[in-house]
Amino acid sequence: MHPSLTHYIGLSVILFCIGIVGVLVRRNAIVIFMSIELMLNAANLAFVAFSTHLGDTSGQIFVFFVMAVAAAEVAIGLAILVNVFNIRRSIHVDEIDSMKG
Amino acid sequence: MFGAILWFAFPINKPGDTLLQNALFFVLGGVVVISALCVIYFRNPIYSALALVTALFAVAGLFIILEAYFVAAVQVIVYAGAIMVLFLFVIMLLNLGDEESLEDRLSWAKRVAVVIASLFFAEVFYITIKLVGSVNAPKVTSGQPVGDPKTIGELLFTKFLLPFEVASLILLAALIGVITLVHRRSDERSHTSSDT
Repeated sequence: MHPSLTHYIGLSVILFCIGIVGVLVRRNAIVIFMSIELMLNAANLAFVAFSTHLGDTSGQIFVFFVMAVAAAEVAIGLAILVNVFNIRRSIHVDEIDSMKG
Repeated sequence: MFGAILWFAFPINKPGDTLLQNALFFVLGGVVVISALCVIYFRNPIYSALALVTALFAVAGLFIILEAYFVAAVQVIVYAGAIMVLFLFVIMLLNLGDEESLEDRLSWAKRVAVVIASLFFAEVFYITIKLVGSVNAPKVTSGQPVGDPKTIGELLFTKFLLPFEVASLILLAALIGVITLVHRRSDERSHTSSDT
């Protein structure tokens, strides 16, 4: 039995759900960023699986755009985190509440 | 990871290899799920980062099984090479302690929430599998290769030229944004230097 499209999409869904749980339960902002990376990777896996299955390269092109956006997001996010840490001496997301969110 | 290297050394496209392909899928899939769980379970962010590296490498291995060799190489270079170095650098720069363990924060209501959330995730999983399984079209095999650098490059500079340029703009904006965020203004710097 060849690993079918359903196998890959199932794995992608599991990975995405783990990422969501990570964002919801962790309180360390860096680990939240890592969970977002997990979710982006789940999307990439689905893109590549569909691309190979349908014989269309466009899906793999989109993986590159996802990676570019992920790199930009991580760079900006970590710069903001370093600034927040310099001001508040903590990156615990429950303590960053000065905007009353 | 060893399986992925093995895969590079002995390319596929032979019908007898489906058993190996199947075994590799389940091994790499297991590594992805376990290391992703480790990312959100470990209390020390450095351990989380190392587990994330493992997960990214395993996803690269899955890309290789899917015959997307170029994407797999880019995944290792960009994610495991560049983004994870950024993460580790910031973790070590901030020198954080351990987070309090998950069990200490779980109250009674949150335990109920965990059960309901797992039900929800199981439902999402079931519906997706059902949906994809019901439209499971036979695998399309057009003559030309799908994942080789030549095809990807041609598409990137013809059909996807505009998104490609927009992506470069996004990266430029990120670069300028990061420099503005971490840059200390010159008056601020002269102030601190006069203090010391």
